[in-house]
Amino acid sequence: MGRTLAQKIWDSHVVHSADGEPDLLYIDLHLVHEVTSPQAFDGLRLAGRGVRRPDLTVATEDHNVPTIGVTGPDLPLRGPGSPVTDPVSQVQVEALRKNCAEFGIELHPMGDAGQGIVHVIGPQQGLTLPGMTIVCGDSHTSTHGAFGALAFGIGTSEVEHVLATQTLPQARPANMAVTVTGRLPYGVTAKDLILAVIAQIGTGGGTGHVIEYRGEAIRDLSMEGRMTVCNMSIEAGARAGLVAPDETTFGYLHGRPRAPQGASWDAALDYWRTLPTDPGAAFDREVTVDAATLTPFVTWGTNPGQAAPLDSAVPDPAGLADPTARASAERALAYMDLTPGTKLTQISVDTVFVGSCTNGRLEDLRAAAEVLRGRTVATGVRMLVVPGSMEVKAAAEREGLAEVFTAAGAEWRSAGCSMCLGMNSDKLAAGQRSASTSNRNFEGRQGKGARTHLVSPRVAAATAVTGTLTAPADL
Amino acid sequence: MESFTSLTGRAVSLRRGQVDTDQIIPAEYLKRVSRSGFGDGLFAAWRADPGFVLNQPYAEGAEILIAGPDFGIGSSREHAVWALLDYGFKVVISASFGDIFRNNSVQAGLIAVRLPAATVTALADAVEADPGTAVTVDLADREVRTSQRAGGPAGLRAPIEIDDYTRWRLMEGLDDISLTLRNSEEIARYEQFRPEWMPVAG
Repeated sequence: MGRTLAQKIWDSHVVHSADGEPDLLYIDLHLVHEVTSPQAFDGLRLAGRGVRRPDLTVATEDHNVPTIGVTGPDLPLRGPGSPVTDPVSQVQVEALRKNCAEFGIELHPMGDAGQGIVHVIGPQQGLTLPGMTIVCGDSHTSTHGAFGALAFGIGTSEVEHVLATQTLPQARPANMAVTVTGRLPYGVTAKDLILAVIAQIGTGGGTGHVIEYRGEAIRDLSMEGRMTVCNMSIEAGARAGLVAPDETTFGYLHGRPRAPQGASWDAALDYWRTLPTDPGAAFDREVTVDAATLTPFVTWGTNPGQAAPLDSAVPDPAGLADPTARASAERALAYMDLTPGTKLTQISVDTVFVGSCTNGRLEDLRAAAEVLRGRTVATGVRMLVVPGSMEVKAAAEREGLAEVFTAAGAEWRSAGCSMCLGMNSDKLAAGQRSASTSNRNFEGRQGKGARTHLVSPRVAAATAVTGTLTAPADL
Repeated sequence: MESFTSLTGRAVSLRRGQVDTDQIIPAEYLKRVSRSGFGDGLFAAWRADPGFVLNQPYAEGAEILIAGPDFGIGSSREHAVWALLDYGFKVVISASFGDIFRNNSVQAGLIAVRLPAATVTALADAVEADPGTAVTVDLADREVRTSQRAGGPAGLRAPIEIDDYTRWRLMEGLDDISLTLRNSEEIARYEQFRPEWMPVAG
């Protein structure tokens, strides 16, 4: 019987296997950031252990760093010249710097040209390649699956385990196929697609599974779009999401600084072409979505599965048969201050955020800029545009996107996780409402008491123009 | 990590589904660089409400949390597990858990017990009817049980779904890293045959 893409990668990384035990998997790349690593490094020191493969480990500062006032590299972390105003954030970033220096790990600090969100810098450098195993102490590590890599988020104890051994004991996951047939209508994006998938299968639909995204609509996506889709696999409960590598993948990777070159490239390419799922390989679960039926999608509730087409209305929880789902929807509407039956396009926002590891890449900024060009941000609306990496920032400035944003009245920032989560100075106040291109609309995610609607970059830009949730086609 | 064989204690019921790790511990509490001191952040936003279950006198000293389905979804933050442990919980019972949360629980010694949804509801009903109900979580016997109290409903018994390996690790309180290091030679051998096109840092 044939094997799936995920099974092939798994099999080629088993270091040790025994009946009744999890497999011990080799990890090809370990990405590290400041929030989930300090206790792991402390654990190593306490046990007198080192980092087995610092050369397979790359660190960046992203969750805590401010996106304003970062004027260049080598800024002080403390004192009057520091853009980091929170002393607790200073300590956390400082801990990462000390740990990387002590254990010899490559670090991209705040202000560095290579700095950015951990899931944006790996692909842009060509560190993320098909057939690899990639982990990071961050649930959105699933992003890297867009390249046909097996990539998943881990906790801090597992971070310590990978630092010490470059391996991880893992139980074999089940395989799920999400097949998106047909073509996405004009103006419907990867973000709309994945929000629709999560709404269909639920926040726990992928639990225990690795999702492989397949079908014409997935093949048609750019690498950026595939990253958006794989990024949100975890919001459907799946630790990893993958897309089989193809010419789009190879075209994106060719010539990237850390990607193989010359004969090495040819050898890699030969191998990568063997990775796609064999015909006849069995999936434990299969879901099909018709791309042609999709329209711009937004969330109305407090988890990413509580989403609906933008041209519909806030649903009535009374219509839900499952009591837990009904209670959850009632609670969500109370938190979101929404009434059933309200048209989603009538919901006003005071903040629009474009950025994050979901939608902070160049293509996302181009999509938002295309809608915003020649228009202005509505009075009373604050729009933040935050590139996912310093390289994305530089590229967006070179091609004039930054000017489009600032001319429209948006704030153009430097790279970081920013308003995706309330760990840095970019936050919403209690009661404020945002349209956000990020990945989580959980209660308090963007600040205590804040309300979040997840949207695509195009919908975010159109919403900034009108001040209510809006599809670009309605401008 | 502490070993776990069996615990008999009081439980509290949190009847909410899809409790994400941002609710268990909000991001603003993740800036500490130590492994302890996260108890204050546990359910921080919800605890501001005096009506929240953990603010009720009967919740004091409870060591078992009974939660709705999909508990611990979202962010990979192990701080969520540390916060539950710091607060005093040793066991969480739910019909389903987020995959990363469940892995983190095993690492840190929080016992995440999966039971069928109907059993979780029955347990929650029992505990809500009588907060003094003693709940036993027994890994040795692989079961959760409650005893009948005078005049109360009959006790409940339910088998725990857990694989042998995880059960053994939890009962021995074993650290994964030392287990893996027994395979150091195999790791070194694997490394000799990694494809040369694999990228390196530095």
